[in-house]
Amino acid sequence: MIEQEVRAPAPDTARSSGLTRGLLIGLGVFVALILLRLITGESDITSSGTMGATLALAVPIGMAALGGLWSERSGVVNIGLEGMMTFGTWGAAFGAYFSGSPWLGLLGGVVAGALGGLLHAIATVTFGVDHIVSGVAITILAPGVTRYLSDLLFTDEQGGGATQSPPLPNFPTWSVPGVGKPLGSLEKHHWILVSDLAGLVRGVLTGLSPVTLIAILLVPASFYLLWRTAFGLRLRSCGENPFAAESLGVKVYRMKYAAVVISGALAGLGGVFLAMVASSNYQEGQVNGRGYIGLAAMIFGNWRPGMVAGGAGLFGYADALQLRGGAGAVHAMLLLIGIGLLALAIWRGYKGRVVAAAISAVVGVGVLVWFFLTDALPREIVTYSPHITTLLVLAFAAQRLRMPAADGLRYRRGGGH
Amino acid sequence: MIYRVLAKSYTRTIVAALVALVFSLIITSIVLSVSGFNPPSTFQAMFEFGKDPDSIVNTVNRAATYYLSALAVAIGFRMNLFNIGVDGQYRLAAMLAAAAGGAWALPAVLHQVVIILVAVVVGGLWAAIAAFLKVTRGVSEVISTIMLNFIASGLIAFLLNPQRLAVKVAGSNNIGTEPISSSGRMPGISYPGSELKIYSFVLVAMLAGIAFWYMINRTRFGFDLRATGLSQSAAVASGVDAKRMVVVAMVMSGAVAGMVGMPQLLGGSYSYSLDFPTGIGFTGIGIALLGRNSPVGIAFASLLWAFLDQSSQILDFNDIPKEIVAITQAAVLLSVVIVYEVVTRVGQRIDQRHVAAQLGEVPA
Amino acid sequence: MSPTEPAVELHGITKRFPGVVANHDIDIEVVAGTVHAIVGENGAGKSTLMKILYGMQRPDEGTIKVAGNEVSLHSPADAIARGIGMVHQHFMLADNLSVLENVVLGAEKLYGIGGKARRRIEEISRQYGLGVEPDRLVEQLGVGARQRVEILKVLYRGAKILILDEPTAVLVPQEVEELFGNLRELKREGLTVIFISHKLDEVLSVADTITVIRRGTTVGTVEPGEVTARQLAELMVGSELPVPELRESTVTDVPVLSMSDVTVRDAGGRTLVDDVSLTIHEGEILGIAGVEGNGQAELVEAIMGMLPVESGVIRLGETDLTKLGTRRRREAGIGFIPEDRHRHGLLLDSPLWENRILGHQTRPPNVKGVLIDRQGARRDTERIVRDYDVRTPGIDVNAASLSGGNQQKLIVGREMSDDPKLLIAAHPTRGVDVGAQSAIWDHLRHARAEGLAVLLISADLDELIGMSDTLRVILRGRLVGEADPATITPDQLGSLMTGAGEGSAA
Repeated sequence: MIEQEVRAPAPDTARSSGLTRGLLIGLGVFVALILLRLITGESDITSSGTMGATLALAVPIGMAALGGLWSERSGVVNIGLEGMMTFGTWGAAFGAYFSGSPWLGLLGGVVAGALGGLLHAIATVTFGVDHIVSGVAITILAPGVTRYLSDLLFTDEQGGGATQSPPLPNFPTWSVPGVGKPLGSLEKHHWILVSDLAGLVRGVLTGLSPVTLIAILLVPASFYLLWRTAFGLRLRSCGENPFAAESLGVKVYRMKYAAVVISGALAGLGGVFLAMVASSNYQEGQVNGRGYIGLAAMIFGNWRPGMVAGGAGLFGYADALQLRGGAGAVHAMLLLIGIGLLALAIWRGYKGRVVAAAISAVVGVGVLVWFFLTDALPREIVTYSPHITTLLVLAFAAQRLRMPAADGLRYRRGGGH
Repeated sequence: MIYRVLAKSYTRTIVAALVALVFSLIITSIVLSVSGFNPPSTFQAMFEFGKDPDSIVNTVNRAATYYLSALAVAIGFRMNLFNIGVDGQYRLAAMLAAAAGGAWALPAVLHQVVIILVAVVVGGLWAAIAAFLKVTRGVSEVISTIMLNFIASGLIAFLLNPQRLAVKVAGSNNIGTEPISSSGRMPGISYPGSELKIYSFVLVAMLAGIAFWYMINRTRFGFDLRATGLSQSAAVASGVDAKRMVVVAMVMSGAVAGMVGMPQLLGGSYSYSLDFPTGIGFTGIGIALLGRNSPVGIAFASLLWAFLDQSSQILDFNDIPKEIVAITQAAVLLSVVIVYEVVTRVGQRIDQRHVAAQLGEVPA
Repeated sequence: MSPTEPAVELHGITKRFPGVVANHDIDIEVVAGTVHAIVGENGAGKSTLMKILYGMQRPDEGTIKVAGNEVSLHSPADAIARGIGMVHQHFMLADNLSVLENVVLGAEKLYGIGGKARRRIEEISRQYGLGVEPDRLVEQLGVGARQRVEILKVLYRGAKILILDEPTAVLVPQEVEELFGNLRELKREGLTVIFISHKLDEVLSVADTITVIRRGTTVGTVEPGEVTARQLAELMVGSELPVPELRESTVTDVPVLSMSDVTVRDAGGRTLVDDVSLTIHEGEILGIAGVEGNGQAELVEAIMGMLPVESGVIRLGETDLTKLGTRRRREAGIGFIPEDRHRHGLLLDSPLWENRILGHQTRPPNVKGVLIDRQGARRDTERIVRDYDVRTPGIDVNAASLSGGNQQKLIVGREMSDDPKLLIAAHPTRGVDVGAQSAIWDHLRHARAEGLAVLLISADLDELIGMSDTLRVILRGRLVGEADPATITPDQLGSLMTGAGEGSAA
């Protein structure tokens, strides 16, 4: 499906999770943000509120991304994550509302997403339908099904309707004790680095929901399962060369089913988060493209859990910034982008790629001019800054990627020589 | 005997479509029964309502819109390109075309041509962004077109503002573009028994379909396009410039997408306002798949889909959630896709064995 | 088990597909601790037989016995459990995984997937002299090394009986010798090797027993000492094998293709084609010999315009092709028989007459102006089917339904049709039955006599030596030597191809 420029031979990436590289890049980015805050005075850039929101919004994107990773590592492209996440939001509402327990809502959402994954698996693995077609079909199916079921089940309930569920029970939140207050006051001083760090740490360590914790744990768990167990090896081999796996007795169909159902369950978990943590009920259209942004995070993360989480963080930050900081904070980003483009231009010039350098320079200057000439960006466009960010990130980060070799292949048993 | 039936590709299409339809009717009936409704009476109510002359006019009008959307998607699908961005392309195109049409007053035919031209160009350009990203940076057009859909929504929200391109619609809270004067409106076609008129843009849609069929099957360019979709490696070895094909196909797809809003705009609303129909891009994807990317198949599929949409309006009066139709449509989509796959595979195997049997060789 | 008890016995094996009998009454006895070769031409039924022995197909009739016990194999897992291991002709390896991961896949229970497995792999590698490193990515390995990994895969699972399917198809003579050395080592350790091939000289040098299969049944079992290659060939084909050879020289001095200092680099800066200059004249077949992966494929793509050239000039006659795209190059008069006909030569799910148009969609008889001329294309397809003996029930059949040999004949016919000046033939008779092979050689000879210039790339050294007027060797992207086809032997050519020899050979 995705024809990124691939095949730069990677030295020893057979075993790494991309975690160290992800952390280093994260560090660099954080430093840049601190400087940006100082220059523009937009404190929301590194406030604990924004950091907390970043983590929060990264969760659904990250779960979709992780879901995409599991599926594609087994060779099945899953465009239907958006639909599966939609199922997840509805399933969470169904489970939580009718049982009164948020935990059954969690279960409901995960199961609903997994069912969506099962449907995709049946179409693509058993029947050999084109992966993208099946994914698109499921994404078209999801709103119709959820609207129908809501109309049937929620309209008679107080606060519910065809497009939303009644309010749902909340999860308990958890914070690392003794951290909130002291870090909060540190943050208010706006001292360089110290206050920003305080903001970051406070945002990440307070007000956490169990769903967030589970989501965070799933990242290293995925790495361990996929790269350190026999199950994971077999699953990955289906995505690299399913015929070789078949010849060695691996039950390829079974592996793909497992991977795709797991991917649906992960998307469902993202849906649980959206319905029950990010808001307090199911609403139609809640998912709003996050399933696709998750796929972009997966590509950006080169199909490795650590980097994928980093990508989710990036897009989560874009989402958080536009929600909390509003037009001003996003406007400040223009400065960062402009400077970044100029740096890119210099690097490309250094490498001898004159045309590419010139383009980066011109666009960079244009962006900076835009920054200095305006005070804020239009609100309507700022709402979609995560999507714009996704497009830009994919456009610039498309080199040196290495997707699973048999990703998207419509595998049929016995199809090898 | 089965071999002979399945030998021709169009019989396969018809068989597959029928099987899928039957299957989804069964699914719909199950869902209805489980929800406590009576399937036969539901279907009957829908059918009765749908036969009504008013309904027929509405069905044809809807179908024209769906047809163009599916055509746009099908152009992409033939090249193995997934233009999920038809939705954003048509809305942006319709809005800008409506604004342009409202801003200038030109003599009759010229006015309409200009409006349509603006729509086609805007649609093509918006799709070109995704095409450009794909051939220069290898960005998947699936994701880029989806992102562009959202960005288009943002752009439209930004522009559809009394401070910029919009005006208040008299007597309501709605805002929309300046209405197009009568020289820009396309007259309707009367249908016996109904006060409503069929949009004359339907004729343009049909022409577009015929043009597409001709291009794909009879021209050199169409051969190149089909070849690239069937096997990009073989097409490149045969001399096709793959990157150029991708750009041309995407732009063509976007241009046709631009026309999706035209039946409604030029025949009904004459302005782009907050309640202009949305989501037609995704409907087009379903219909293109159902019609197997062929202009004739898509025509039938559009009519079917439009009929379902139209006749479902009656369901609300019977207290049946009309989303059941959405489930039917999605079930049709999913099952058709599976059934086509199975039928194609079985057909291929039958072909191979038949040939091998005739030649006395081990099947390839 | 006595030393001469058969390791494997096949009796009366019959397998039918609709309309055709792939195997019938196959009878083979393989003695333990020997190398037993099974020979037959392409399409004789060898691969079906091997699939049966490895559990990928079930026989309709007949019995299989392993070490004296009758067995029923339902899947490769069954075969592996019985100690049968298969080394496929097309390697079943995942490039992005390490050697270790590829070896333990499916057999994780044996030694786990960590340190213990690694040690076991190193042990086997030492024991049989395979030289395999567990942590390298398979992508980095060359062909010979990959084959040794495949052998190690089956040994790791405790195979006592190894089936090798056309193992020497991708090797040069020196590597073949190394492989045979490995096989002799395996024999010494008491393992049994079943070796499928159609290369009779090699078979004669390494096998202890040879079984010949023709048209799906066993026609004889011989010992190498008793029989010559010629006699074996006659057993295999029922008549004399066609010999690739040219009669009198038809080389003129009119240059058709001239390449000067052509260099091609990949996106990462690696040099794929290094400063290559060559000239092919009218009536000349220029053969290029080289181990796969040394730049031949890239050279071909550069001439066709499918890969950009970093420096150098490519000329067809007087026309400078260097800046032109593939389409214009084809229109200028280049025909192309691609190495991988499924990927580059055919639209598998389209009918034959549409495949006739492929590659020639800008010229009559396929087109009239901007439109496709269906009648013209259909008529011409029928002509090709007649003149090139393409066995098919009709021209509306999909290309995928034809056998490899017939597909290739169609492609050859198509590419020769528009009176090309230059024909690029990459592995033109690979995977093609003897009859089609002979026909293709005939067509090439005939066209050459009419003045066609041919660039011939092949891994079949006999074909190269027999069919070339001029022979060059490519190594690491450079043309490193010239050989005289009249006097060079496959062994000498093999040395040049691996860089063991220097300069021209006598």
